[in-house]
Amino acid sequence: MERVQLGERPRSRPAETSWHGPHLLGLEDLSRAEIESILDQADALARELAASRKKLLDLQGRVVFNLFFENSTRTRTSFSLASKRLSADTQDFSPGGSSLSKGESFIDTAKNLEAMGADILVVRHPTPGTPRLLSQNVGCAIVNAGDGAHEHPTQALLDLLTIRRAKGRIEGLTVGLLGDIAHSRVARSNIWGLLKLGARVILCGPPTLVPRGWERLACEVAYHLDEVLPRCDVINVLRIQFERQQNALFPSVGEYSHFYMMTQERIKAARPDLLMLAPGPINRGVELTPEVADGPHSAILDQVANGLAVRMAVLSMLCRGLDASRAGRAAPGGG
Amino acid sequence: MTTIQIRGGRLIDPAQDLDTVGDLWLARGRILGLGSVGEDPDLVIDAGGMIVCPGLIDVHVHLREPGNEEDETIASGARAALAGGVTSVACMPNTRPAIDTQAAAEFVVLQARRARQANVFPVGAVSKERKGQELAELGQLVAGGAVAFTDDGAPVASASLMRRALEYSRMFDRVVMQHCQVPELTDGGVMNEGFESMRLGLGGMPAAAEDIMVARDIRLAEITGGRLHIQHISTARSVELVREGKRRGVRVTAEACPHHFSLTDESLRSFDSNFKMNPPLRTHADVEAVIAGLKDDTIEILATDHAPHAREKKMRELDLAPFGIVGLETLLPITIKCLIEPGHLTWPEVIRKLTVNAAQLLKLDQKGTFRPGSDADVTIIDPRVEWTIDSSEFHSRSRNTPFEGWKVRGRAHAAIVAGELRYSRDPRFAEAARA
Repeated sequence: MERVQLGERPRSRPAETSWHGPHLLGLEDLSRAEIESILDQADALARELAASRKKLLDLQGRVVFNLFFENSTRTRTSFSLASKRLSADTQDFSPGGSSLSKGESFIDTAKNLEAMGADILVVRHPTPGTPRLLSQNVGCAIVNAGDGAHEHPTQALLDLLTIRRAKGRIEGLTVGLLGDIAHSRVARSNIWGLLKLGARVILCGPPTLVPRGWERLACEVAYHLDEVLPRCDVINVLRIQFERQQNALFPSVGEYSHFYMMTQERIKAARPDLLMLAPGPINRGVELTPEVADGPHSAILDQVANGLAVRMAVLSMLCRGLDASRAGRAAPGGG
Repeated sequence: MTTIQIRGGRLIDPAQDLDTVGDLWLARGRILGLGSVGEDPDLVIDAGGMIVCPGLIDVHVHLREPGNEEDETIASGARAALAGGVTSVACMPNTRPAIDTQAAAEFVVLQARRARQANVFPVGAVSKERKGQELAELGQLVAGGAVAFTDDGAPVASASLMRRALEYSRMFDRVVMQHCQVPELTDGGVMNEGFESMRLGLGGMPAAAEDIMVARDIRLAEITGGRLHIQHISTARSVELVREGKRRGVRVTAEACPHHFSLTDESLRSFDSNFKMNPPLRTHADVEAVIAGLKDDTIEILATDHAPHAREKKMRELDLAPFGIVGLETLLPITIKCLIEPGHLTWPEVIRKLTVNAAQLLKLDQKGTFRPGSDADVTIIDPRVEWTIDSSEFHSRSRNTPFEGWKVRGRAHAAIVAGELRYSRDPRFAEAARA
């Protein structure tokens, strides 16, 4: 009964342009239509979540592992909750204390989880490309929950959804990404997503944190926030990745804050409808002041809520893809 | 077996500017001569349609013994060399322990003699334990068989130590081979620094790290009069620096590896560790500059930097996987595909970089030529056979190649070392070759 009811959930995109996996490794791989199909699905789910606490059955009988080789609290919790709201069996697996510390390779670990019946592996790893290598070595669907400084697609999708729900569109908006672009997977995924959806992207930070070359992808690069902030419809405040920096890439936190911290003064110079995102965890007093973080321009908590919807959409759409590919596997070469 | 007649091949010996169809005679481990020599052959090898050249010399391989026999041994590496048409290799000292004493060098020589495959010449370490602090006993290394010096695997980072090495090695007239890279600029790097590393979020190794040390060491060679060899040159600017150094009369030579004239850093989009090497794959512009340097002889030597790694080590996360790829068994086909077929170099030009030029670098006076009395090391190449690179057929213990599945043309048909047919694809001779 309930399954039928769920099948009637509105899907605003025709199936052929809709994204269906087989993996979510990064936004660089996806087309505009595919990204929009995920956002549409997530938007519908977000409304549904707001209206009802009832569990959905999309992932009933499915096994989802959160395979996190790197610390995470909010992303892992968000994925866990998303799986549970979709009725999956979900299990966290973190390398601390496991056989990984005994020298087992990450591929062996993933194969073990596959042998336990995993349908989807949500993977976070400090090395770029590791989710892609896993996708080539195991039969489960892989969701990249952040690989080094490479991509963090669900974070960018939830940023896009937050912008779209607040502004009604993404095309034509000017979006600033502020801070540590060099070490940020969130920045890379945002850049791909925003460019594909027709936004204008400004990368702003000190030259040691904004690598040369993004101009080639039609991004604007700026070193002085005060010069570009007034043009921004959206500013996405990235965290300083202290753990990824081997050398001091700016003279001091104080100097960084002097140039790049989002303060009330800077907000006053910005557009009145400026939307401010921050992927978190935020460093209050470094990247933004508390009154800005909690102020009217801040969408930080909307992002968290939208994150749940985005992850539910991704998991549910991947499962549909799994069904389709398993149905087609009988044909030669279908695997 | 004493006398061999190699009949009807295209004989190419750049040392003598020779390129002619005819017969080559070997006897008692030496080159007897060309044409007819008035002896009865014990073995006749029909080389019709084949290229017959002095045994190829690879001045840059890693054989991993002692210490990492799971990757390669002197025997397996020397066998892989023969299968690739290479009859002599110079092996790098970054073993465990390092080849930094006479005894260690003699161990390599002894193991190679036991293996009875390709000739193996040890390259001694520049510094004790390759730590870059104090000079190793270079003279005693030479006494143990070392043909050159290097700390390869790592650069000699200290300018003063490099200066001392270039100065001191003059008393043996042996070359110092340098892996040119300023370490503090490549720390944490996985691939070439540039547009590709930026988009992939991978740690970069800037071309400037190589350029700066090439420039420094050319000046040090200039003021000391020592012999400097730039290993695995990979950047456009480095090629230009070597070109300019030669113009000034500095004693500097350079080698290029097949992966640096066939692949670019775009390959890393696959995140496949078989594209991770040091120096890293560079840009299209660098590849073109390396090819230009090979064409005008700024780079006079081809070498593989054969760097075997066991599968369990290489199949790791990209930043944990070791640098390097195997190269001995793909040297010829990749060189044919990327240098000869596009018309950048002719066969004699390629063979010159793999024979007489390499022999001169290592001062192997009896090798690299068909002059009568030279060592009877011969490579016979089938230049036309079409095949697909399949690492499962490699003789090397390791399989880490970026060329898996490439459709190529040309490969070694047979290899003769010291007058013995030690490797052959011809079933009629396979037994003799195994003996």
